[in-house]
Amino acid sequence: MPKAGSALSLDGEGKPIWVLLELTYQCPLKCVFCSNPVDFDRYREHELSTEEWKGVIRDARKMGAMQIGFSGGEPTLRKDLEELVGEANDLGYYTNLITSGIGLTSKRLAALKEAGLKHIQLGFQSSDRDTANMLAGVESFDRKLAIAKEIKAHGFPMVLNVPITRHNIAQVPEIIDLASELGMEYLELANVQYYNWALLNREQLLPTREELEWAEAEVAKARERLGDSMTIFFVIPDYYEGRPKACMNGWGSIHLTIAPDGSALPCSQARTIDTLEFPNVREHSLEWLWRESPTFQKFRGDAWMKEPCRSCDEKEQDFGGCRCQALLLTGDAANADPACSKSPHHHLIQQAIQQSAVPEKHVGSLIARHGGHHLGRKAT
Amino acid sequence: MTTPHQVSLDDTYVISPTFLFRWEESQDAHVLLYPEGIVKLNETGGTILKYCNGESTVAEVIDELTALYDADREAIAEGVIKFLEVSHAKGWIRVKS
Ligand SMILES: C[S@@+](CC[C@H](N)C(=O)[O-])C[C@H]1O[C@@H](n2cnc3c(N)ncnc32)[C@H](O)[C@@H]1O
Ligand code: SF4
Ligand code: SF4
Repeated sequence: MPKAGSALSLDGEGKPIWVLLELTYQCPLKCVFCSNPVDFDRYREHELSTEEWKGVIRDARKMGAMQIGFSGGEPTLRKDLEELVGEANDLGYYTNLITSGIGLTSKRLAALKEAGLKHIQLGFQSSDRDTANMLAGVESFDRKLAIAKEIKAHGFPMVLNVPITRHNIAQVPEIIDLASELGMEYLELANVQYYNWALLNREQLLPTREELEWAEAEVAKARERLGDSMTIFFVIPDYYEGRPKACMNGWGSIHLTIAPDGSALPCSQARTIDTLEFPNVREHSLEWLWRESPTFQKFRGDAWMKEPCRSCDEKEQDFGGCRCQALLLTGDAANADPACSKSPHHHLIQQAIQQSAVPEKHVGSLIARHGGHHLGRKAT
Repeated sequence: MTTPHQVSLDDTYVISPTFLFRWEESQDAHVLLYPEGIVKLNETGGTILKYCNGESTVAEVIDELTALYDADREAIAEGVIKFLEVSHAKGWIRVKS
């Protein structure tokens, strides 16, 4: 009897089925929640060439990759974007562009369509112009709105990605309406992950539990109203869940990220773990770095786990959570993610929640993403 | 609540435009690729979706599968319709208009 196909979400059979190319960390915007490295400037002179990116695209496909994301930074800053998308499309990838929209024009959209681009994820800040411009650190709202319509006019399926902070959470109903009017297939009310710029600004960004519950109820109402016309993703942040997220479906399991300089990462945040050395595609084959490199093996499977994860019956579900969050907040990447209520460090998460619940945080104290910043992970 | 989709025997289905349906050698299976997702289909699922080509009617798909698997038509019909319902609910396919 035919059954619905099984989702390939949990097991890539050891293949990197999802590759994310971070083409550049340069970006015209300065989002206060940006998850790019705080020392993003350092990468400018070391970006891979067109031929080097093509090599990565080919090799990953040979290893079974099927989904490819072109991200950054702002990927449209790369003049070879169309060429790289074309190469990936010819090899049979499902090609995703992850962009702020700044840098896209009707002409480039036509060229991307021609190259075979399948989907565009547009980063968006708010339905309210002032809030959006404040969060992006640059006047960009009107431009983004115009380009959203332009993308739709070219017939691309779209995801609108809106990282949710306490500054835009009250606008969730209007954001949903706007996304629906624009004809989005998907709206992702993304829960901000607290790394890099977002971690620097965490106190001013983390919404309260009440705000999140209210937003969740609004999302439920909208789903009822909109039916199947738009899919809304909304997940309560792990800070409030008592359980960590199943980060990347496990380290070195299905995701492979290549940074602008060719460093291979199990996840775009993995450089947070500064004791690890990330192998570079300029020096090693993709095959070796995925299968053999010590860094990709480090947290693969569950042999590395300590208690409470080691003997926990939920370890198959969340893989002990996020290694970067464990390191950032507990000092050891092999600890349970402190978002887990079983973690002996869970009080750190609760403290952060309490601190962010203190009113009177002023927008003026948010730090916009900027160059020349060299704080490491001791930033908090 | 919207009323559940009714599969009719004269309908013709197509893969929804946001989905890419194709054979994937490395998985030895048909896959559906869509924004940020992958579905690996089992053999029958893959075969049914192959006929969601904008030409074959549901009745024809049932005939094809009955011949292909040399099986009881009733049972095949039930399976095909069930699978089309699920696929429609997941947004993979739509009725060709
Ligand atoms: C880092 S951006 C790079 C691509 C492009 N510049 C953009 O903003 O769309 C990739 C995606 O992550 C989202 N994002 C940025 N910082 C985030 C954070 N701290 N947590 C969750 N999502 C974040 C953005 O909205 C965007 O959709
Ligand atoms: S999140 Fe904002 S600042 Fe960061 S790369 Fe995207 S558009 Fe640029
Ligand atoms: S103890 Fe570890 S494995 Fe168990 S739920 Fe918490 S993080 Fe996950």
